[in-house]
Amino acid sequence: MMANQQLKQCVRLAGVACAGAMLTSCREGVLDPHGPVGQAERVILYDATAIMLAVVVPVIILTMAFAWWFRADNRRATYRPDWEYSGTIELIVWSIPALVILFLGGIAWIGSHELDPPKPLATAAEPLEVEVVSLDWRWLFIYPHERIATVNHLVVPTGVPVHFRLTSTSVMNSFFIPQLGSQIYTMTGMTTQLNLQADEPGTYEGLSAQFSGPGFSDMRFSLVASSSDKFASWVAEVRARGGVMDETAFAQLARPTHGGGELTYGELARDPFDTVAHGQMTTAWSPEEAL
Amino acid sequence: MSTGEGVLHGVPDLPLALRGPAPSRVVAGFGFWLFLLSDIIMFAALFAAYAVLCSATAGGPNGAELFDKPRVFLETMCLLASSATCGFGTIAMFRDNTRATYLWMGITFLLGACFLSIEGREFASMLAAGAGPSHSAFLSAFFALVGTHGLHVTVGLGWLIVMILQVATLGFQPMVKRRLYCFGLFWHALDIVWIGVFTIVYLGAR
Amino acid sequence: MFGRLSWSAIPFDQPIIMGTCGTIAAVLLALGILISAKGWWPYLWREWITSVDHKRIGVMYMVLGLVMLLRGFADAIMMRSQLALAAGQAAGYLPPEHYDQIFSAHGTIMIFFVAMPFVVGLMNFVLPLQLGVRDVAFPVINSVSFWLTAAGVLLVNLSLFVGEFARTGWLAYPPLSELAYSPGVGVDYYLWSLQLSGIGTLLSGINLTTTILKMRAPGMGYMQMPIFCWTSLASNLLIIAAFPVLTATFGMLLLDRYCDFHFFTNELGGNPMMYINLIWIWGHPEVYILMLPVFGVFSEVVATFSGKPLFGYRSMVAATMAICVLSFIVWLHHFFTMGAGADVNGFFGIATMIIAVPTGVKVFNWMFTMYGGRVRFTVPMYWTLGFIVTFVVGGMTGVLMAIPPADFVLHNSLFLIAHFHNVAIGGVVFGVMAGMSYWFPKAFGFKLNERLGKAVFWCWFIGFFLAFMPLYALGLMGATRRMQHYPNTHWQPLMVVALAGAVVILVGIALTVVQLVVSIRDRRANRDGTGDPWNGRTLEWSMPSPPPAWNFSVLPNVKQPDAYWELKKAGGAHRPPPGAFANLHMPRNTPVGIFLAFFAVILGFALIWRIDWLAAVGLTGTLATALRESWRTDREEVIPARVVAAYEHEQDTLEHPVAPAETCRTRPEVARNDVRITVGSES
Repeated sequence: MMANQQLKQCVRLAGVACAGAMLTSCREGVLDPHGPVGQAERVILYDATAIMLAVVVPVIILTMAFAWWFRADNRRATYRPDWEYSGTIELIVWSIPALVILFLGGIAWIGSHELDPPKPLATAAEPLEVEVVSLDWRWLFIYPHERIATVNHLVVPTGVPVHFRLTSTSVMNSFFIPQLGSQIYTMTGMTTQLNLQADEPGTYEGLSAQFSGPGFSDMRFSLVASSSDKFASWVAEVRARGGVMDETAFAQLARPTHGGGELTYGELARDPFDTVAHGQMTTAWSPEEAL
Repeated sequence: MSTGEGVLHGVPDLPLALRGPAPSRVVAGFGFWLFLLSDIIMFAALFAAYAVLCSATAGGPNGAELFDKPRVFLETMCLLASSATCGFGTIAMFRDNTRATYLWMGITFLLGACFLSIEGREFASMLAAGAGPSHSAFLSAFFALVGTHGLHVTVGLGWLIVMILQVATLGFQPMVKRRLYCFGLFWHALDIVWIGVFTIVYLGAR
Repeated sequence: MFGRLSWSAIPFDQPIIMGTCGTIAAVLLALGILISAKGWWPYLWREWITSVDHKRIGVMYMVLGLVMLLRGFADAIMMRSQLALAAGQAAGYLPPEHYDQIFSAHGTIMIFFVAMPFVVGLMNFVLPLQLGVRDVAFPVINSVSFWLTAAGVLLVNLSLFVGEFARTGWLAYPPLSELAYSPGVGVDYYLWSLQLSGIGTLLSGINLTTTILKMRAPGMGYMQMPIFCWTSLASNLLIIAAFPVLTATFGMLLLDRYCDFHFFTNELGGNPMMYINLIWIWGHPEVYILMLPVFGVFSEVVATFSGKPLFGYRSMVAATMAICVLSFIVWLHHFFTMGAGADVNGFFGIATMIIAVPTGVKVFNWMFTMYGGRVRFTVPMYWTLGFIVTFVVGGMTGVLMAIPPADFVLHNSLFLIAHFHNVAIGGVVFGVMAGMSYWFPKAFGFKLNERLGKAVFWCWFIGFFLAFMPLYALGLMGATRRMQHYPNTHWQPLMVVALAGAVVILVGIALTVVQLVVSIRDRRANRDGTGDPWNGRTLEWSMPSPPPAWNFSVLPNVKQPDAYWELKKAGGAHRPPPGAFANLHMPRNTPVGIFLAFFAVILGFALIWRIDWLAAVGLTGTLATALRESWRTDREEVIPARVVAAYEHEQDTLEHPVAPAETCRTRPEVARNDVRITVGSES
């Protein structure tokens, strides 16, 4: 009896701790999206959780209640030593999960299609094209129309959908900006696609979400969203700063380096993306680099 | 394990499931079937890999250019025939006919060895022509799938030699018969896998 | 001469590793000296190492699991402490080249060398007893399976001192695990130790499936089997169907690394995505291989300690087999973010959710088993109630991530880590602990200390929530897995709480050891004299604790499920009359298991270090051992009927007959003379 009460208390404590932990996470990351993709995904998270809690919480409470009421020394409870089947209960216990899953399955199917990463966003504006190459261990961003490139730093205009095409020079990585929404893998010899949009100005942290070797933890980048004018002036500024992205520059970038800070290239002499995406420019690591 | 113990006697039409532990022969056979199924699943994974990679020739030769269908037909006939002779050998074993068992199993061995020799020559000629497994994913998948089958055949032949020696030294005791029977199952299963191989790999090559 | 092996393979310059090495060597030496001084080697060799008795093998699996739990948990503590330190500019104390090995070893060890041995060990010990038979279908292969698993354990532990371990995560995705990006021996240690233990596991799957389907007591049809047998059947069918895929996939990666093949390389047409598909086609059934027997444990425990039959037995069987089949069509949910497209993602998401239905049904049926019962709060029942509370949370977060767009923001984050630890700890660990405390008296003849048992439970329960609730939050905040350091200093407090939780669990593990010591010390006081300390319902409780080598002197005739309960209700368990005994044929012990494993370790080590001549030695030794064993004709020994009769007579004079169904809080226990019965296990 005491044990059961202790158990109940602990469950309550745990619940409070969870709630507390969850609340602290509301101010950043996935629960604080600043774009339509992330926002749609957050709605799904909240809705699905709420639906499931509606089943999970009663289940936990009922389990404790049954265990408590039917404890051995409670002689007020009716002992039914041979009761092991009830058609009605069977119907209910199969139906409740089935209905919940039916509903969530609908959300999964529809959400899968609406938020499919290559699917263009509903925004009317012309998308900004960005090509992404995951290196060891930093990120190269190429703006094919603006003819510039950057490392570990992205600037995009707010309210404009960004269409990413992604690939990798060596191992798999995953391009992820938690506050904007979906992530997608980058793979050598493959091109993946992603559409994101930042609705409010700000700086959003990005990372790789697929372990890729010793420099993995340093593979962080930032995305700055600003007004279209500020974006245009940033492009001009990068061009003015100079630096050429050509085969030599790319080959140097592709050598294993931990982190390496932010770089810009004002001139795109040769866009390496398609060559890399066709698997024609892979890198390998020496044993020292692999450490 | 004791056989027949605990079995309910004198109860007519009792379902098999209720008769107590099955005899050793049934238990051994069933277990070996399960092993064969697991082996087939392993081959299935190799087949899946082949299916995915069969067009990844990396600019090198593809199946249609490399495979010599008449040779494949010959080795297929060897293997299928060896299955038949293995069957005859198994029948001889059930009849406790030592000489016939040696004869048929000996022929099985020879036919299996022919299969391996033809396959070995095929591999050697591909390697010599620069079409070895390290040249493309397609070739890797080919050598792994067909090579694994060949490895199973090799192990089978080794097992057959051991079985013939066991018949010679231990006679036809139940343990030896069970193993010979399991060998037969193994050999026939390899045949089935080979049918998959020549259909998907050789006949399917464009 | 020695391939790639040289003195530089031993990390003399790393104090932590050398210290660990020294400690383990000292412990092993001390153990060796103790055993030699007490003259226990012949006993150990005869009764344990060469044993083909499923009960002994089951216990050895549990010991193996417990020892490896210490190693796997040490890795966990190192990871948690590193992350508690490495916030902002701080680098922590584990550089990436070590940290990456630690998290890879942690996952590999916990799944393959802790959870699998525990689950296989429980199944090994319990199944023949519940099925009413004398041993498993292939006792010698059973021994080989165990020793091959031990061979894998040895290789993994060797990697700590000679060379390095994989730095790729526990599933070794290519291209990272290919030679181009992992040129060292780490991935080779990983691959060979898992190939060896994988053979052992596959053989176990075949063995136990054959046992369940072909060897049951007379009258025990499929619907009279205990539910644990059904869940074990489903699990072993999954082993047979899934492990060959693992063998093939690792084989392909080995070919890539050793023979310059191109299955998964970046160049010449290799396809790393195919590895991910294949490995998860194994990987998802693997988690059900672990979960299903544990569900069975909970079913048995709930029924026994509620004093009622399991509610909805047929439904539970249907749910079990449904989970078994469905587990093969959900694998893609492990990589929704690889870009398979909306239709494929949607299909696999829905399939994953469908699996939640039979799982939910099971939870409800456990609840209704308690309903109308007389629930006794023993240690196994604590674990069960703790499991229900914990597991449904984990199941919920799992269904959440089964929605592809939700997964797009949670994949590979600490939220994912929290989810799978939630179900692995709340499910597998709690279930194994429940099973251990439930069946311990049967295995050893005395009960474990209850107070300490409850303390262990609370440490795990509280420790789990403390350790992993912060991780759910961190995952939502954007923290990814496998990071060795992170820039956001305000994440650090949560990491510290997580470390505290891990320490609480550590206390629980320490208390488990204390519990064992105390229980062994108090074994006479806690003796189980009747063989039925819990007022159980299934056949394993119908015989003395520990059972004789042959289990049942006469195979029971079963008519209904909960066979032993029915027997008790009908007027007490009674001993068969003296004339009912026959000569029993039991399998002889054999050293083939340990010899095969010995040569397997040599072979594995030689392949890892590319020492060709040593590999030949290992291969030859393996073949020679197998051949020698296959010529052995003295496989059985006869236990004469009079020996069995004498044993049964002795049991008669020692025990009370068992009372019909009642709550058993205050049943008299009879003290037994300390007579060791060693009939039947000598070779």
